[in-house]
Order: sequence, then C-alpha cells, then structure tokens
Amino acid sequence: MNSPAQPAAEQEKRASDADATSGAPTAGGLLELRGIGLRLGAKEVLCGLNLAVAQGEIHVLLGANGSGKSSLAHLIMGCDGYAPSTGDILFEGRCINAMPIHERARLGITLAWQEPARFEGISVRAYLALGAGAGDPGHHLEAVGLAPSEYLHRAVDKTLSGGERKRIELASAIALRPRLAILDEPSAGIDLLSMDDIVRLIGAIRAAGMTVLLITHQEELALHADRASQLCGGRIVASGAPADVAENYRARRCRRCDGETCEHA
Amino acid sequence: MPELKPMAMALRIVGEDPMAVLGPDSAHLVAYGHQLASMQSVPGVTVLATSAKGVIHARVIVAAGRQIVQPVHLCFGLFERFGTQVVELDVTLEPGSSATLWSHCLFTEAEEATHAMTARIAIQTDASLIYQEVHYHGASGGIEVVPRATVKVGPRARYKADFSLVQGRVGTLDIDYTVDVAEHAVAELTSKVYGFGTDAIRIREQVNLNGEGARGLIKTRVAARERATAEVIGVTHGNAAGARGHVDCMEIVRDHAVVSAIPEVKVTHPQAKVTHEAAIGSVDSKQLETLMARGLDPESAVDLIIRGMLT
Repeated sequence: MNSPAQPAAEQEKRASDADATSGAPTAGGLLELRGIGLRLGAKEVLCGLNLAVAQGEIHVLLGANGSGKSSLAHLIMGCDGYAPSTGDILFEGRCINAMPIHERARLGITLAWQEPARFEGISVRAYLALGAGAGDPGHHLEAVGLAPSEYLHRAVDKTLSGGERKRIELASAIALRPRLAILDEPSAGIDLLSMDDIVRLIGAIRAAGMTVLLITHQEELALHADRASQLCGGRIVASGAPADVAENYRARRCRRCDGETCEHA
Repeated sequence: MPELKPMAMALRIVGEDPMAVLGPDSAHLVAYGHQLASMQSVPGVTVLATSAKGVIHARVIVAAGRQIVQPVHLCFGLFERFGTQVVELDVTLEPGSSATLWSHCLFTEAEEATHAMTARIAIQTDASLIYQEVHYHGASGGIEVVPRATVKVGPRARYKADFSLVQGRVGTLDIDYTVDVAEHAVAELTSKVYGFGTDAIRIREQVNLNGEGARGLIKTRVAARERATAEVIGVTHGNAAGARGHVDCMEIVRDHAVVSAIPEVKVTHPQAKVTHEAAIGSVDSKQLETLMARGLDPESAVDLIIRGMLT
C-alpha cells in the first residue's frame, strides 16, 4: 500500500483528480481531508490540503515547526476555532465538518495533545477510564513505561512532570481503543530513552489494529510507520513510503516553515 | 439525651459509616441543634460538652505525647426545617500529640437555619492536627453558616485544615479564620465550595507567619454558577526570617455568577517570602476539549472538571 514520495506539483495534480483528492491512496480510507483550508486570524495556516489515512495504518505526518501540524490535528478533532474555511473532513466517507468534538470522539476519533492539560482531583486511573471501556488501566501505563502502582492513584495535575503527563496522555488515547488516534508530537518533551517507549507503543497500536495519524517533526519516527506525508506551508508536499518521505523531509526541510522552502527546493 | 438514630441515618445518606463515626472506639460529640445526643472520650482524648442558654460549649483535649489513630468525630446538625445552632469549640493538642478531627455538619432538611461555630484551636509544641470539616446541605439554600476560628500553631507543630461544602446548596457562608504560626511550624488551609442558585460565599483566611522558618499555604477552590456570588480573601503575612507563605486561589465561574479573589500578602521581615496566584474564569477550554476528545459531552466535561477541582 506504500507509494513513492511525490513532489508538490505532482501532489497538486493528483489532488485535482476526483478519486485521488487526498494526495495518497484512498482505498480503505478512514479519514480523508479534501481541499482543507484553515485561517487563524489573518494567517492562512492550511491551504488546499489533501490527505488520506487508510484503515489500520500508521500514518506519519512530518513537518517543521510552524508548518501547521498541530493546527491540522485540532481541525480534525474539531477544536474550537479550527473549523475549516474550505474543504471537507471525511470520516468513513461522512463529512464531519459541523460535528462537535465529543461526537467525533464517539465516532472513534481521539487526540493525544502535544501539551496535555492538567486536572486537579482527577486520578490517572479515572483519566484512563474516560470514554469507552478501557480495559486494564495498568496495562496501558506499562505500555508507555510507567509503573501502575506508582501512578494510578496520582492526580493528573501539576505534580506530574511534563514527560510523565505526556506518557499518560498517550496511554489515555490508546486506552480508548479509538478507531483513529491522532498523536501530536508524542516524543516532544520526552527524553531520548523514552523514544524507545514510543516505538514500542506504535508496535502495540499496530497489533491492536488501530489507525494512527502520528504528527511529528522527527523523521526517525516515520520509519516505524506504514505511510508518511510531509506538510509544509499548510500543504501536503510529499506522500508515500516512509523512508522516501523522510528522505525528502531531510533534504528539503525548512527550519521554520514559511511555506516557500519546499516549493523552491 | 436524644437517640443517635437520626444522625446515623443522616450519616448513611451522605455516605459515611455511622459505626466508624459513632462506634464505641470513636471519640465523638453529637449535637442536634442545642441538644447533646452523644459524647464519648477515649484514652488520650477527652471530649467535654455542655449546652446552656442557646450555646453548645465543647472541648476536645488530646493528651501530651498521644498519637491518636482513630479520627475524633464532631457531628453537628439540624434535622428540622428551622432552627439555630451555636457552637463554641475549644480544641487543644498538648505537646507532641497528634490527631485527626472530623467535623460533620449535616443540615439536609434546613430551610431557614443558622449554624455558627466559633473555634479556638491550640496546637502546642511538636503537635499535629488534621481538621476536616465537611458540610452536607439540603436543596433549599436557606441556611446560613458562619464559621470563625482562631488557631495557634506552636513551635514545630503542624496544622492541616480542609473545609468542604460541595453537596447541596451553600446558602450563605461566611468563613473567617486566623492562624498564627510559630517557628518551624506549618499551617495549610484548604477550602472547597460549590455555589449555585443565589448562594452567597465569603471566605476570609489569614495566616500570620510569626516564627522563624514558619510555613503557610492557603488554597481555595470555588465554583459558582447561576446567580451565586463568592468573595475569597486570602491573607498571608510573613513576619519572621525564613517564613514562607503562598496563597493559591482558583475559581470557576459560570452563568451569571460573580466571584472575586483578593489575595493580600505582606512581608515585615526582609528574609520572609510570600507569593500568591489566583485564577478566575470559566472552565479552561483546553481541559474541556481534552475531556470532550474522550467522548464526554460538554456538560459532563464541565461537571468533571469542577468536581475534580473540589475533590
């Protein structure tokens, strides 16, 4: 199901085709973004973006800081202020543009936030149990390298370090057994040793048959995916086999994405 | 003395185990209005009380050096729709002692009632007291609760107080506590209140860090909705070298509620330090969206955030 990386012009050509608007294969598509635009204030953050995530795949979205990755995650989840100005968000072929967050969650979409919120008085155990039946919460903690006996009784509050909170966020998203988990920069704020935990987590997610859109600026993570896309300047500029996209990303990365570097590379 | 059955029933309703509270091993005092229903001392804890001229005078003494494991229970309540309860409470923890004092205040039937308590608490050298006051009110909102306390925390002593009124309507609440903290002693005050309807909440807590190395924390959590009002005043004075104090106030406002937080920090010694933080506003949107992304509808998410804050 992998396809070679496609340059931007080719992507845009493909986007114009009726059955290939995602810039990627659509067979078995769970999530499809068609011609997505997003404005935040005066800034056009996403522009004519096309992306498809197939059922059961681990899809990595690579992009530099400022390329619009987190905005795209918020848009898919339906966060306040992130409604698309153009285009459609399709989940199993159904347009969910107008659907509020909790209804999207009930369809099976969830988001593990890059900088997760903290909650006074809500225990890790209760947090992991939110949503649908979550199974053994301790098991989910172990999957992200945390000892259940140390953490289940603790509050999801500011007494947790950034790395601990981040791991709990990942565990929580997986505990839901979502149909589509959006993991926004899962390795940001976690030490290098824990990169292994994330890779193991990806393996567990794959084994559980979940679909993942993994958003990151670290191309190493792409190598553990089924497919990858590169976001630059609010557009998908390459999509296909992870190694190819990662190589493209390395070669044409802009340090601070202004939407121009890739087009001129 | 009146029988304990009404209190036992009330305790069950609010989720407490009456046997743990009123059992033979538990030091306790139970009063309905101005009637004393039960009073019991245990080795190391003396409980004394009288009722005269519309006032209950109660005294709890924890003997020097005694570490009391079982909580001491004070149960105050009104099981009629109208009435008044006035309590004068003296608590003494003698040097080196420790205890936990639970104060259960049950006013589930009250429609027009007043509960006024004036407490004088002395925690002597190296002693430790955990004081937990939990109120259970009914739905009418016609109750007025007026707790007053002056607390002396002796050298190297510890005082931890939790006040909670999150079940039923608050009615009118007017808390005024003053805590004096001696050298190397610690005082930690936490208040959690959930107001709605036309509830009126006023909380004033003052910690005076008078001794070298004294520590103090005032933590207040208030949620107000509909037309409730809340005024929270947290005062900390750092008066000695090495004194450290902090005032932490968080209030969530919904509907037409109006709340204010007034932290007052004052330092009279150059080596003392007092800080404060206050956050007032609606429910944090990121918290809300995080819970909604787990499938909770907005109302359930808000409720969980507020309940968590008040837990």
